[in-house]
Amino acid sequence: MATETRQAAQETPPAHVSFRGVQKTYDGENLIVRNLDLDIRRGEFITLLGPSGSGKTTCLMMLAGFETPTAGEIRLGDCVINRLPPHKRNIGMVFQNYALFPNMTVRENLRFPLSVRKFSAAEIDAKVKRALEMVQLGGFENRRPAQLSGGQQQRVALARALVFEPQLVLMDEPLGALDKQLREHMQLEIKHIHQTLGITFVFVTHDQGEALTMSDRIAVFNHGVIQQIDVPEVLYEKPANAFVASFIGENNALSGRIDSRTGDIVSVLLPDGNRIAVSAGDAGGPGSDTLVSIRPERVRLARERAPRDNLLRATVLEHIYLGDHVRLRMQVAGCDNFTMKTPISRLDRCPAAGEHVDLALAPEHLLALAA
Amino acid sequence: MTALCETADAPIAPRALKRRLRHAERRRNLLFAALIGPLAFFVLASFIVPIASLLGKSIDNPEVHGNLPQTLALLEDWSGDALPDDATFASLAHELTQAAGTPAVANIAKRLNREQPGTRTLVMRTARGLPLPEGTPAREGLIQLDARWGETQTWHLLRNAGGAFTGFYLLSAVDRTVDADGNIVASPPEEAVYLDVLKRTFVMSIVVTAVCLLLGFPLAYLMATLPARHANLLMILVLLPFWTSVLVRVAAWIVLLQNEGLINQLLMWTGVTEAPVQMLFNRFGVYVAMVHILLPFMVLPLYSVMKGIPPAYLRAAVSLGCPPLRSFWRVYFPLTLPGIGAGALLVFILCMGYYITPALLGGPNDQMISYFIAFYTNQTVNWGMASALSVVLLAATLVLYGFYVRYLGTPNTDAR
Ligand SMILES: Nc1ncnc2c1ncn2[C@@H]1O[C@H](COP(=O)(O)OP(=O)(O)OP(=O)(O)O)[C@@H](O)[C@H]1O
Ligand SMILES: [Mg+2]
Repeated sequence: MATETRQAAQETPPAHVSFRGVQKTYDGENLIVRNLDLDIRRGEFITLLGPSGSGKTTCLMMLAGFETPTAGEIRLGDCVINRLPPHKRNIGMVFQNYALFPNMTVRENLRFPLSVRKFSAAEIDAKVKRALEMVQLGGFENRRPAQLSGGQQQRVALARALVFEPQLVLMDEPLGALDKQLREHMQLEIKHIHQTLGITFVFVTHDQGEALTMSDRIAVFNHGVIQQIDVPEVLYEKPANAFVASFIGENNALSGRIDSRTGDIVSVLLPDGNRIAVSAGDAGGPGSDTLVSIRPERVRLARERAPRDNLLRATVLEHIYLGDHVRLRMQVAGCDNFTMKTPISRLDRCPAAGEHVDLALAPEHLLALAA
Repeated sequence: MTALCETADAPIAPRALKRRLRHAERRRNLLFAALIGPLAFFVLASFIVPIASLLGKSIDNPEVHGNLPQTLALLEDWSGDALPDDATFASLAHELTQAAGTPAVANIAKRLNREQPGTRTLVMRTARGLPLPEGTPAREGLIQLDARWGETQTWHLLRNAGGAFTGFYLLSAVDRTVDADGNIVASPPEEAVYLDVLKRTFVMSIVVTAVCLLLGFPLAYLMATLPARHANLLMILVLLPFWTSVLVRVAAWIVLLQNEGLINQLLMWTGVTEAPVQMLFNRFGVYVAMVHILLPFMVLPLYSVMKGIPPAYLRAAVSLGCPPLRSFWRVYFPLTLPGIGAGALLVFILCMGYYITPALLGGPNDQMISYFIAFYTNQTVNWGMASALSVVLLAATLVLYGFYVRYLGTPNTDAR
């Protein structure tokens, strides 16, 4: 065990940013951030994801230097930066509403961080040109922010945060103000820029789709605590708790009670008297209440069952046709919000409302989480 | 449902559509007119008309023109080299006789005296001697009453002062006068006071505006950045001066600033000075009171502009590596320029017209142009001069406003 940890420490490079026991309160009563421990690796794209008010912006602001932690320390590389003023941190930042200086042209906006750093005029021009080309805005140098569309402003803000070549870029819901299509386009573009530059990105959003698309790792926040931090696949397939399961992606939750446990599999007693075999999540021992979670696309009809699958009887309440797939809302074991999502090609006949069907639920796709 | 479909389907002739649109617009325009009508009337009656009449008064010249019309008509054809003909003399004698005993004579005398001091006696003495004894020719009679009627210069004077309009007052207001040859020249030094007064008015207004800006800017910034509760308290303090009359505030300053006043007592008690410091009836007292009264006019526009500047701009500047003070100067300050422009313009223009504070708290050398306007209207009833000074003040204000619109007003509307 001890050798293992030592090995792991040798393999992982030193974190670029690390939060150690960071707490933050604004009013001395409520902890907005409680005991945050977070290591951000050099060059990774990490997303802070969480519902509104969960403390994402607060964390970002502490990292940028606009808020000071009430307790704990934040390290950037080797230095503790708790007391370092924000203008000395050399961190690029994209604000939610871009905060482009309205009285300056695009070029002046991009020159701003460079002139502060006393680059020569020729260098400044070259860097500004390169940054604008990177965000595909060559030719817009003389426009003012008010003369740009939302997406263009977004790109200028990004270029301004990158033009002075920081090693770390923070973005606080930078795509929040864009429409869906543009947002998806920008997500990919930001991702590409990240891949090209290889610098560390910390991205804040409350849109889980965005987080899944863009991130190397996602830290899920709730009430100022990181619920889980992992790569998107694990976050989706193996949520650490009921909050993560319900916050990321669509999820069915059946409440029940744990009956017995054998290895990684627990037997759960459902309210209708059925017993099902479920992978053990963070649920407690026998006798404790649990929420059994399963993704709608993992629900299958009985004829596709594998030998170990649980069989459950369901009543179809509603079916919704969505072109490439169908969603069935059903009643299962007392839960009448149980959703199944299946490609049309896998259904030879669509069950009508009121019909009874048998469902096959694989234990590896069912997860018992603490209620 | 069917009715709806029918109307939607029925083709509407374009002409009818246009007529309907016009009809709808006419009703809306009528409504707007009715709503702004009272205001338009009020502005017309209380602002446009008085200013127009003021402009008129500054060039109006009724005294001689109105009372000696026939004489002036005859003088039109006069060559000007020799004395006028007998008919002109007779007409003057006749018209002066008619006017004798009425205020018209005094008005004529006063008006001519302004052109050339000493002429009052000429008119008054002549009027007293009229009517001429029966049978005396007018020419000899008048010259006998006052020898000056025998000089061509007197008649030139009469003709010059007799126009329906005159630039005399406006020229005097900028220390200029017309010499005997009709050239515009500088007024004699003992009359040339107005340019100095105008300069003083400008200087004092600039000082007050600058002090208001220096004091008001940090205050407005504080108010814009403090949490609402504290900001409201500050706002009440800022508005407090508005809740008392100007006279009360001026009186309060007299109490505070006089030689035996609170401030002097404090200064002497703490040993800062031995003898009381003169703070009243000089420039200092005027500045203090004017800044106090005008400060809200600077703070309010500044505050409203600053309130609209998101704090994210400053944060963005700092995050880009610019130290806080420099960020403030390079990013925040330029965005407050519309507020500075509006506040400074407001304070400056109010200053230019200030009267009561300098009159009560200042010495003779601290009076601004309004003091002289009041002097001419209240004391000497010289409407021409009062109007001319007002015109100069108005023109200076308009020029200033023009500068504001040209150099401060436009770029900021761009930026928005
Ligand atoms: N300056 C402040 N003073 C007092 N409370 C604050 C301040 N800033 C944030 N808070 C509180 O801290 C909590 C977390 O705020 P934060 O802005 O970090 O949330 P967030 O996760 O970024 O939410 P969102 O997704 O809505 O942006 C909220 O309850 C908020 O009311
Ligand atoms: Mg936020």
